[in-house]
This record gives sequence, structure tokens and C-alpha cells, in this order.
Amino acid sequence: MPEALVGAIALVFDWQVLAVILMAAFYGAFVGSVPGLTATMSVALLVPLTFFMDPVPAIAAIVTTTATAIFAGDIPGALLRIPGTPASAAYVGEAYAMTQKGQAELALGTSLVTAVIGGLIGTVVLMLVAPELARFAIQFSSVEYFWLASLGLTCAVLISGGSVAKSLASLMIGLLIATIGIDVAVGYPRFTFGQIELLDGVSFIPAMIGMFAVAEILRNVARGPRVGRPKDQNLAAVFKGLGQVLSNFRWGVLRGSALGSVVGALPGAGADIAAWISYTLAKRFSKTPEKFGTGHPEGIAEAGASNNAAVAGAWTPALCFGIPGDTVTAIAIGILFLKGLQPGPLVFTQQPDLVYAVFVAFMVANLVLLPVGFIAIRSARYVLKVPASVLMPVILVFCMVGAFAMTNSVFAIWIMLALGVLAFFMEENGFPVAPAILGIVLGPMVEDNFMVTMLKYQGDLTGFFDRPIATVLGVFTLTVWTLLLLRYLNEQRAHRPSKGSLHAPR
Amino acid sequence: MKLRHAVAAMAATMLVSTPVFAACDWKPQRAVTYVVPWGAGGGTDANSRMLASLLEREMGQPFNVVNRTGGNGVVGHSAIANAAADGYTVGAVTVEIAMMRHIGLTDLSHENVTPIALVDIVPASVTVGRNSPFETLEDLLAHAEANPGALTASGTSQGGIWHLAIAGLLNAEGIDPQAIRWIPSDGAASGMQELMAGGVDMVTVALSEAKALISAGELRGLAYMHDTRMEALPDVPTTKEVLDSEWTLAAFITISAPADLPEEIRCSYEAAVERAFATQEWADFKASRGSEVVWMNSADTAEMMAQADENLGATMRAIGLAN
Repeated sequence: MPEALVGAIALVFDWQVLAVILMAAFYGAFVGSVPGLTATMSVALLVPLTFFMDPVPAIAAIVTTTATAIFAGDIPGALLRIPGTPASAAYVGEAYAMTQKGQAELALGTSLVTAVIGGLIGTVVLMLVAPELARFAIQFSSVEYFWLASLGLTCAVLISGGSVAKSLASLMIGLLIATIGIDVAVGYPRFTFGQIELLDGVSFIPAMIGMFAVAEILRNVARGPRVGRPKDQNLAAVFKGLGQVLSNFRWGVLRGSALGSVVGALPGAGADIAAWISYTLAKRFSKTPEKFGTGHPEGIAEAGASNNAAVAGAWTPALCFGIPGDTVTAIAIGILFLKGLQPGPLVFTQQPDLVYAVFVAFMVANLVLLPVGFIAIRSARYVLKVPASVLMPVILVFCMVGAFAMTNSVFAIWIMLALGVLAFFMEENGFPVAPAILGIVLGPMVEDNFMVTMLKYQGDLTGFFDRPIATVLGVFTLTVWTLLLLRYLNEQRAHRPSKGSLHAPR
Repeated sequence: MKLRHAVAAMAATMLVSTPVFAACDWKPQRAVTYVVPWGAGGGTDANSRMLASLLEREMGQPFNVVNRTGGNGVVGHSAIANAAADGYTVGAVTVEIAMMRHIGLTDLSHENVTPIALVDIVPASVTVGRNSPFETLEDLLAHAEANPGALTASGTSQGGIWHLAIAGLLNAEGIDPQAIRWIPSDGAASGMQELMAGGVDMVTVALSEAKALISAGELRGLAYMHDTRMEALPDVPTTKEVLDSEWTLAAFITISAPADLPEEIRCSYEAAVERAFATQEWADFKASRGSEVVWMNSADTAEMMAQADENLGATMRAIGLAN
């Protein structure tokens, strides 16, 4: 094992590989920070290039690109309230609220440093317990995924600051959108109106770009640039005041990193779901949950660590079983195949160099992230100097490119625009958009796994408690729901007239 | 009207007679779009990208691979079929072209494309978990026949190619095609995950897809739905050896163009693909994926696609997926 590690270090610390890593870091930072271009897309665009690379630089390029892109997605999230990648969507409102308070530096510094910490912890977890973690993750069947996704839906209500009723309504809109397309269980197309482009449903990336970016652009049009737009923030002191934040929230960062590693390792759940859950946990366990949503770094610290840990976590099932943990590793496995490497249980004994090269590449990538992320944040101030009347149309163009590139179809642009208009009117009327996004992400997961489980157990509902992990998850989920309901009813009874809404959702 | 008919008739005559005169030295003058109906990183994508890079050299123009995913392949296949038949759009038409119209998803069929050559064939398997009580395919089928509905299989969507593999096998063996229940999954990887988690009893994905986990002892290959054993897994018997019906089933990947591709362009592509397949790079690429170099010319590929359309359609009707 140690000599494999030494061998891997030698493989990665080759000047060509390091050059690839550095270029990939800047490339990832650019793609991640451009609204509309996502981490998955950045890797998909790398595929043709990796054709001409050796395995180690190819892997290093993918690993570095994703790690930096997931962080860089926070930059437009904090500065423009437009998440650069889906993994930043969970705490984009929080980060933007900090910017409005003049704390953009602290918000971005927090997410950069916690991203590095999360990424490194995720890598260590991957190095130490990848086979055991993969063994655990592989026990998840449709029943466990159903409960996990159901629990995830709860986040929609838990994190939203607005009224519970409006959050639920928003969630339902998301779930409704998620039902469009071919139903996995019986293969029947729903709500497609004969459009073949809708057979696969509303793809998530155009939907997310629309609901955040297009809606934000519309708001700019409707009422001019926002008050408190951080034009004058110079973003120089990125690391100022950070020590305090990190030491205050050190347990949250650790919890986020651990949770991200595990959630990332579950095939089908990735960095975005990890960020949602971590943000929710941060709020639930916070000493000051009332500060959430008002520009408080606690949730950003935990979720920022979580989504970068999940990037490493996703490689666990990919390396151990050849089963991708997310869309990025799905592409990565294809590239490995192309290089004549078969990810799977044997890869650890037959090609330990390769496995360790992935680990070392992750380490280096996360260390490189610190300076590259710093440069990216610093450069962002030039973007902010651009007047909104110029910036917003440019963002719209990138959004269209991003939506188009996901499926190479013009239809995705229409989806993006339509959902952007929908989100604009939702927010104008006090409906938070985050629950709808969560509904679109988790809807298919809840439904598919419900249907598959029903098919497996031939309609017997006890099937949902038939397996040990499923039973634990199921009981836990139902308990959380019951408690939430009871608390809501109590609050209603305690102070009838008040609505219990802390601040109007924006 | 009359005139148009006459022109059409003339055009038809010319089309029929051109093969005799085709010089087969058409070359694209600008970049060619290579449509792949499946996602980046999958088998179809890998084969197509490799072929595209070789064609680039043969034809002297860039071949841009574009993944048009969605709708169980309908979106990408439509993009190929609806493009102009001018040689500037080719694509990876896969086995789904022989299935989607039977389900009623689309009217598209093999008649809407001009096949150029076969790129890969991917035979199905019957694969069980390492703790499965079944040691052979015969055991498994005997159990399925005696206990209809007790066993479950997964590996793709409802009515997908691997679903047809097992249902067709049962049907060919005179067993109720529903005797093994199909549990849909959104791909081979999630099907195998479900199998390892103990959620289903078997998967029928391509043996090449299950190869890594079978070699590692995590899964057991009971049968290879092909007529010769796989070199990398010589212990997995073929269905031809063990079944009376000699049932086999393979997915295929072709390179095809829109229908009515001018003969000159078609035969130029056919020749270019044949040259590309003869290169060492292609042989190495195929070897790295554990598969063999296949070759089938346009006419044979068209024949195979028509055959697949008929056979898969019959299977789908037999198992109640199409009417």
C-alpha cells in the first residue's frame, strides 16, 4: 500500500501532470463561476481532450476541474444571487444576504476555506475507508433511496424562512414539474404534449439556471439593479475575520465534511443534495437558527464543506464497484474505460497506482484550490464593476449557452426561460424558489424509488420497512414529519393571529 | 402533378442506377456533425468518439461529436433522421431504433436512416449476486417456471433492451415471459447497484458491463446471450450452448446517416469506416474495452436492422409491451 502511494505521488508530481492540474483548476474556476455552466458540463467538455491524455493527467484534470468548479459556483451565488453550479443552490440566498450586508469577502472566504477543508477531509475519508464506505453505500436499494429522498424533501420546509404553506406550495410546484416525462416504472410519457424533447422530463440544469439566473435578470429589469449591489466591495481581504468564523463553526464544518463524504458516496445523491442536507442540519443544530437567511456564515461553512467533500465521496462507489456516484464520475468511468482501466473491486489490487493517483490528485487539487480560488474571488471584483445593464445580458447569454449545452437542444432554452418567468412571479408573490428547486431535484428520486419498491413488493406497503437500513430511515423520516406537524399545530394554537414568519422571503 | 411524378420517377431511377457509377471518393468540405443519442462516457459515446477521430483522419475534416440525449434515445435518433441527407450529419443509431416505434414512442424506424456500418455488438447476460442460490441458468429457469412472479430482474427501463433480453428468453423457452418480473432501473449501473443491494434477483445487462464485478467475484455470470463465449470471461456459458431455443440477444451500435443519403456519399463513408476499422488504433481501442472488432457493410447492417426490428417487435408483442 505505501509503495503504491509513493508510486502515485511520483505519477502526479510530474511537471506535465501538475501543469494539467493548474490549467484544470483555472478552467474549473472559470466554468464554475459562470452562471449557467456547471461542473458536469465542464467535465463533459473535457472528454474529447482526455482522449489524447495519459490516464493519470486525465484523471487529475477531471478531479481538479470538479473540485474547483463546485467551489467557484459560490462566487456568482454570493455576488449576484445566481448559483454557478447546482451545488451552491442550497445557500445562495444566505450568501447573497451577507453580500448585501457588505460581507461578501467573509461569505466567499468562508466558502473557499471550508471547500478546501471539506475537499481534504473527503479525500482522507476516501483514502482510509473507501472499500468500507462503498460496501455500506452499495446496500442502498430503492427502498432506502425512497426514504432518503423523502427525508430530503423535508429540508424544503425546514430551511425556508417564509410561511410553511407557501414553502409547501413551492415544493409542490417543483414536484409537479418533476413528473413531466416518461415514467420510469411503466414507461408512459406524461405531460409531454407530444413533444419528444419533453420525454426525458424537464432537465434539471436548465430549470435551475432559469429559476435563479433568469428570474434574477427579470428582477433587475423590473425594478433596476438591486439596492446594496456590492459594486464597491473590493474583495481584497478574503481571509479577514475567517479564523473567528471557522473556530465558531468548526463542528459544523466537520459534520458537513463527514456528511458530504457519505452522501456523495451514495450513487445518485451528489454534491447538491449533500449541500441541502448540510445547510438544513446547520440550521437545526445552530445556537442561533433565527440568524439563518439574514446573512449568517454558519450554514455556508457547513454546506460549503459538505459539497466539496461529496465530490471526493462520489468516487467511492465509482472506484470500488464501477458504479458512478454522480454525473461527473459517470463520465469519468467512461474515460477510465477508454484508457483500458476497469474501475471495480479488482482495481485496488490490480492497479493500486491508479487508485492512489486519484487520491493524490484530489489532495493536490484541493490545495491548489486555495490560491486559485483566491485569484478567482479577486478577479470577480472586475465583474462587479460592470454595469448591470451590460452584465445581465451577458449572463443571459451564458445561461442560454449552458442550458443548450446540457442536451444540445434549443428546447432547453425555452424551458429555462419559462421557468425563469415562473420563478420571477413566484418570488414576487412571496413564494420561495428554493423548495421548488429541491422538488425538481428530488421528485424523480422519490417517485421512481417509490414505484420500483411497489413493483418489487407487488403493492405491499410493508416492503418499505422490510430491510434494516430502510426501517431506520423510514422510522426516522416519519418521526421528523410527526414532530414537525405537532410543532406547527402547537404554534398555531399558541399564537393564533401571528403568522410566525420571520421575514418576507425574497 | 404529372411533371413532379415524372421527375420523381427519374430521380428514383437515377438513385437505383447510381451504384454502378459511384466512385466512392466523396469528401466533406466542412466539419461533420456526429450525433450520439446517449450520454458522454457510455459505451455508445466511447465507440462513436473513437470512430469520429479516425474518420477525421480518413476524411480530412473535423467530426464533431454531439450528445443528443433524452427520451430513451428518441431525441437523438430523431435528430439523425431529420437532418439533411448531405453527408454532413451522421450518427450512432443503436438497437433502440428497432424498439421505440413498437412501444409507440415515435414513428421512427430503421427506414428513416441509411445505415453505413456496424460499429459494435453488445450481447446481454444473465447475472446474479454472489450469494444467489442459482448456480446455472437451467436452475434459475426451472425455479422461475415453477414459481412465476417470484423472481425479479433489472438493468434498464421498462421495455428497454435488457428487459426484452430476459422476457424474450423466457418466451423462447416456452415459459411465461412475465414469470420473472421486470424492475425498471435507469441504466445498467443502477440495476447492478440494486442487485448488489439485494433488491432484485438478477440483472440482464451486457456481459461487458458486468465484467468488472463478475471478475471480482461480486456478481456471478450465469449466461452470455451470444453464440460464442466472451474471451475475457471464458467460464460464462452461452445461451446457445445451454438452451434448446438457442436464444441470443445483443444490442448494437451502428454509424448511420439520414434516409436517402446519396449513394456516392454512402459508399464513401462505408469505405472510410472500413479503413478506420482496419487501423491498429481501432484494434487497440476494442481490445482495451474487452470487445472484438466487428465489421458489417451497409447492406448487411441494413438487413440486420430490419431483422432486429421484426424480431424485437415480435418479442415485444409476445410479452405484451407492444400491440
